[in-house]
Amino acid sequence: MSSVRVSEQARVSSAWEALARVEDPEIPAVSIIDLGLIRFVQIKPDGKLDVGLSPTYVGCPATEVIRRSVIEALEEAHVGNFEVNTVLSPAWTSDWISAEGRSKLLAYGIVPPERTVSNMRDVLRADRPVACPRCHSLDTETLSEFGSTPCKALHRCRGCLEPFEYFKCI
Amino acid sequence: MSASIHNVDAQALFRYVLRLGDLSLVLGQRLGEWVGHSPALEEDLGLANIALDLIGQARLLLTYAGEVEGRGRDEDKLAFLREQGAYFNPILAEQPNGDFGHTIVRQVLIDAFQLELYERLTGSLDERLASIAAKSVKEVRYHLRYSAGWLVRLGDGTPESRARVQTALDLLWPYTVELFAEDDLDRMMAEGGIAPRLPEVQSAWSARIEAILTEATLRRPADRPHTWHGKRGQHSEHLGYILAEMQYLQRTYPDARW
Repeated sequence: MSSVRVSEQARVSSAWEALARVEDPEIPAVSIIDLGLIRFVQIKPDGKLDVGLSPTYVGCPATEVIRRSVIEALEEAHVGNFEVNTVLSPAWTSDWISAEGRSKLLAYGIVPPERTVSNMRDVLRADRPVACPRCHSLDTETLSEFGSTPCKALHRCRGCLEPFEYFKCI
Repeated sequence: MSASIHNVDAQALFRYVLRLGDLSLVLGQRLGEWVGHSPALEEDLGLANIALDLIGQARLLLTYAGEVEGRGRDEDKLAFLREQGAYFNPILAEQPNGDFGHTIVRQVLIDAFQLELYERLTGSLDERLASIAAKSVKEVRYHLRYSAGWLVRLGDGTPESRARVQTALDLLWPYTVELFAEDDLDRMMAEGGIAPRLPEVQSAWSARIEAILTEATLRRPADRPHTWHGKRGQHSEHLGYILAEMQYLQRTYPDARW
């Protein structure tokens, strides 16, 4: 293997390591890699490191903060020339949140999206009951389809009466 | 540039993308008026979140429109420095909020339209439009779930809530005709494989709305011939007030930046 290939590999790995330290500004418990926002890290033919970044929701104000954090992290990691490109298609889905991301969300008090969303024909049907992250009761209700950030809905447990957030399936 | 790939005139594509973007922008601005005034905190959050998604769609679409036009106008220039006559949203989007039920009726009508339109736009030959639609359609599904859920609760609710949403439906229904009134530009986009045929979108929309109205025990108003031309830049008096507020800062302090 040529030394060029080796250094390219090293640049890609240190980029991944740097990106793993970038937290979501609204949910500091999880990294942007846990959330599945980094679509690829590759070296382009011109030698530039190319990072693909997907927004969760098109209007989410955190998207621009995340972009800036990604740029800062890559600069600090000295990965050489790089560019950060927005990837809209295929659209980001909550299915891409990693298993680790899901357990981190739950530990943080946010119920991770459970259902796979490949079939979205049932627009008007409600989700299955969501278990309370504190007392695990299934006797919960939706307070609002929309919560404190675009990606979360607001629920309440009828068992322990605590409100909690649910990361929406999209 | 993708415009040349499909043999569609760049100016026409520019105008078509503005139609889509302006619908989202104007409706998003309208919904934003509810912030701090909704009947409950949950509805404040709901309407603000939907508004945010719509502004997000508008940003993507206006940015693309500016690139297609190729005259150096970005999303901000297109949003804040265009006159009323250069806005191409259907005038349903600019209709006033009225009471909460009135806003919900307008929202159901437009959410269902965007859902059927975007689902089909995901197959557009214009890759950029297809990707924006693929991203947005997932959010629009949530919007419709929210708005249709409320319409059913209000329609199948108390005599008061039922009467209010039926009145709103009767008032807003005539404006829906414009959503599906296919003109030369719509036909050109359909023939170029950029956009779906509007009659096809209409029949899908109609079936979906029918189901929601039935569940909400509301009466579907009769269709009447339309005379609206918001898609060509002829608007109701309401758009001027929206733009006056939205564009105030850029008009007063040109090129001011955050």
